[in-house]
Amino acid sequence: MGTLTEEIFSRRLGRRVRAGDTIVAPVDYAMSHDVTTPLAIEAFRKMEMPLWDPERVVLVFDHILPANTVAAAGLHKLIREFAEEHGVVHLFQEGICHLLMVEKGFARPGGIIVGADSHSTTYGALGCFAAGMGSTDIGVVFATGRTWFRVPQTIRIELHGSLPEGVYPKDLALRVIKRLGAEGANYLAVEWGGEAVAAMTIDQRLTLANLTVDFGGKAGLCEPDEVTRDYLGEAEVSDLQPRDPEYLQRVELDAAEVEPQIACPPAIDNVKDLSAVEGLQLDEVFIGSCANGRLEDLAIVARYFEGRQVHPRTRTMVVPGSKKIYMEALKAGYIESFMRAGAIVMNAGCGPCLGRQHGVLAPGERALSTSNRNYPGRMGSANAEIYLASPAVAAASALAGAIADPRRVI
Amino acid sequence: MGRAFKLGDGVSTDAIIPGRYNVTTDLSALGKACLIEARPDFAATVRSGDVIVAGRNFGCGSSREHAPLAIQASGVKAVVASSFARIFYRNAVNIGLPVIQCDALFEAVEDGDTIDVDVRTGNISAAGRTFQAEPPAAVALKIMQAGTLVDLIKTGGWAAIEEV
Repeated sequence: MGTLTEEIFSRRLGRRVRAGDTIVAPVDYAMSHDVTTPLAIEAFRKMEMPLWDPERVVLVFDHILPANTVAAAGLHKLIREFAEEHGVVHLFQEGICHLLMVEKGFARPGGIIVGADSHSTTYGALGCFAAGMGSTDIGVVFATGRTWFRVPQTIRIELHGSLPEGVYPKDLALRVIKRLGAEGANYLAVEWGGEAVAAMTIDQRLTLANLTVDFGGKAGLCEPDEVTRDYLGEAEVSDLQPRDPEYLQRVELDAAEVEPQIACPPAIDNVKDLSAVEGLQLDEVFIGSCANGRLEDLAIVARYFEGRQVHPRTRTMVVPGSKKIYMEALKAGYIESFMRAGAIVMNAGCGPCLGRQHGVLAPGERALSTSNRNYPGRMGSANAEIYLASPAVAAASALAGAIADPRRVI
Repeated sequence: MGRAFKLGDGVSTDAIIPGRYNVTTDLSALGKACLIEARPDFAATVRSGDVIVAGRNFGCGSSREHAPLAIQASGVKAVVASSFARIFYRNAVNIGLPVIQCDALFEAVEDGDTIDVDVRTGNISAAGRTFQAEPPAAVALKIMQAGTLVDLIKTGGWAAIEEV
């Protein structure tokens, strides 16, 4: 009985769990990456306990890969030594942690995963309860296999209708963030439903679940369905669905009425219709990230770039989200079209999103990114501007050298 | 007794410590980079016992624990905000940085005001007035009483939280 969140925790604990309950629950996997693992290791060591399960700890190098400073290399070395010492099985350096958790089959309908990264909400697209936490929480999971949750109440977001040409899940998510504000779902779970979600691919749903944390959500879930089953390549998936759920709030949005959206500086909830800022010149365009670095995202960009050139004033970087996506994009010819168009293609990982490795912005510069964070200083100088939009808007804008409406390009 | 460092709404973990400064676990390095761009005078002028007073959604964004660690290492006694982003709040409690929710304080206090916070009772004196913070939730209180999450679990396992 209850919301997807209540159903998942009730099944796991074998008793009825309701929103508001404080519970201690076992998790399927604990994930951390190259920036958050070192502090998780410190917390784990203080526990003076053996590693709970070397097959259920997932460590990913993605935020600073390959290491760009001696300090970063030192942290990587520390993580490798920890993995070696404890026999950690899942150690990856082939893409963004959140994409790998899905690709490698760790995220499952009805599962419970915690990650030392806020965008761990991403796996909710498969009907998994997945929440971001800090390093200490994850280090304690490394030792005990469990963590505590205050079972959250849920906001149900119904996306009606179908997506118009040139409008994508990123636009719907930004529209919702505009309505609810940056802390609209703080401490709450979000369920994404309605016919627009039912019609979406898993790649598209992953974008919605990913952006859930950017308006405060603890988890962002889609109920598993035929699309989920086909994606997982299995005859049967969980029968998980909300049963007589009581929602804290319902939000209705007609996808057909949504125009391309753009989150303007200085915060994710400063969302405008694209037309309000069209024509602003851009120094950089970044296409990638855990929000929009998947194969379908790259396919959209390739369609715009084919036979065209990015504007010379706009350095354009494409970062496939994982090695698998990179190789599929190679086979499909997308990578060649990016390079012929004049874009820089980088190795799979987090790329310029967090301003720590490459693609860093100078004071006074303006960037458009398909990622999920536009706080001042996120991608470099605190005096640079970051705009967030869909891959289609990013592609059209890279070609124009300025913020542009993709509906007018093709 | 300390001074109030007043910040605004939506102070992100990127503002508390930008990404390029947290490629380390060295606490003093984190403390020196605390608010390095959002409030460049902070690290040089903050003194033990000072208090950060902020508006809504303090600590939004990344889950990086470097943010509360940087604040803790800077010598700040407590952060009092109108509201906190969930992950930041949990991280701060886990490491033993006092985080206190009090909606009324933000409008009443000016940057540089003298402020005294009793982190145990939630009693705040500032601007010639007293304020009472919202009491922490039961689990947060258990962790605060133990010191850190690691201390709590090491001494009694998950039992203390299962009893909540």
